[in-house]
Amino acid sequence: MTSHAETVHEHHGPPAAHRSSRVDARVLGMLLFIGSEVMLFGSFFTVYFFVRVVNPDAPSEWPPPPYELPVFVAGINTAILVTSSFTMHWALQSIKRGQRAAFLAGMVLTFVMGLAFLLTQVIEYLHVGFNTGDGAFASVFFGLTGLHGAHVAIGLTLLGMVIIRGFRGHFSPEHHHGVELPGIYWHFVDIMWIVVYSTVYLL
Amino acid sequence: MENPFRSEAAAFRFLLITIGAFALIVVASWIDPWLGFAVWLLLTAGAVGVYLHQRGPRAPQEHVEHVGPAEERRVLVVANETVGGKELLSAISERALQLGRVRFLVVCPALNTRLKTWTSDEDAARAAAQRRLDATLARFASVGIEARGEVGDLDPLVAIDDAVRTFHPDEIVISTRPEGRSNWLERGVVAAARERFDVTVTHVVVDLGVQDTR
Repeated sequence: MTSHAETVHEHHGPPAAHRSSRVDARVLGMLLFIGSEVMLFGSFFTVYFFVRVVNPDAPSEWPPPPYELPVFVAGINTAILVTSSFTMHWALQSIKRGQRAAFLAGMVLTFVMGLAFLLTQVIEYLHVGFNTGDGAFASVFFGLTGLHGAHVAIGLTLLGMVIIRGFRGHFSPEHHHGVELPGIYWHFVDIMWIVVYSTVYLL
Repeated sequence: MENPFRSEAAAFRFLLITIGAFALIVVASWIDPWLGFAVWLLLTAGAVGVYLHQRGPRAPQEHVEHVGPAEERRVLVVANETVGGKELLSAISERALQLGRVRFLVVCPALNTRLKTWTSDEDAARAAAQRRLDATLARFASVGIEARGEVGDLDPLVAIDDAVRTFHPDEIVISTRPEGRSNWLERGVVAAARERFDVTVTHVVVDLGVQDTR
């Protein structure tokens, strides 16, 4: 046995982020960001429910007349977005197994479906028959769905970067963090849409 | 902080659960709005229950992989006030003799009050833990025991968890005061560590009161 002792003297304050979290620092960063996003969406939902609760027509008639929401088209759009999460998951599993063609196909499909969702939402806005200034319900509808649409646009930017990097030969079974993080974000966007669609369109 | 979303796969699973949960809520709401509310309430309570179960003492046991040379043994020592106790020193010396090539990591959780933790006033607690650690390592070194040490999270289980992830011990030695005087025993730290990790967890009782009167 040898006499030897060493201690960590430099560190002050709480343990480094990657220690107590049991999670990689970059993943933790993305998750904290998503946490703040949940709070942002939470504030919009609070406004939505407030408008709904104080409306004298609710719950017998919702949305209040004369508003009508395209539930079927939005339902198809929801199916497209949910499917894009499956292709995103498939893409990540593929790169983990070293299947580059499947990874790229999954990423491109995810991007195309995300873009289709966004374009459909824009078309829905053009045909919905009311605008942002037409009362509290209209404002909160555009606010909530528009906030989500902005997140889809950010997600598409991230996916676009992954696709470009993927076609340039980046990522491997060992190094795929750049796919994992946009993947988490994309699933978050999808989860939020399920909540928005269920709450605003169906309930 | 223990994060339920550690990867894309976990987020994807959460998405699937969300789809199922909201489908139930929507269908129940179509039948009767109050039924929908009840389903939402039940599912929320269920989700909270599952989360607490997963992060509690009965969390699924984790496999601790052996790293380093096959003949090398790694022992994680977790102690706070009892870190300089004779019983602990004796237990460590015993292992150093018996196991041959052995590496020790001593972790002193920086225990703090709840109020100070909430206000991020942790420097004093960490400094105190560091002083105890320094004294202990010096004592180990004086009897020829090679060890390194670090100050851990204020929650002893999280401190163990952190050390396990970086040190990969083959054995965990937890030192506490005797039953009735040990906060860690009251909180079930030893039992929780045994349930959480699939390595030997040894409990060493150090009676500081007896040592002080000698």
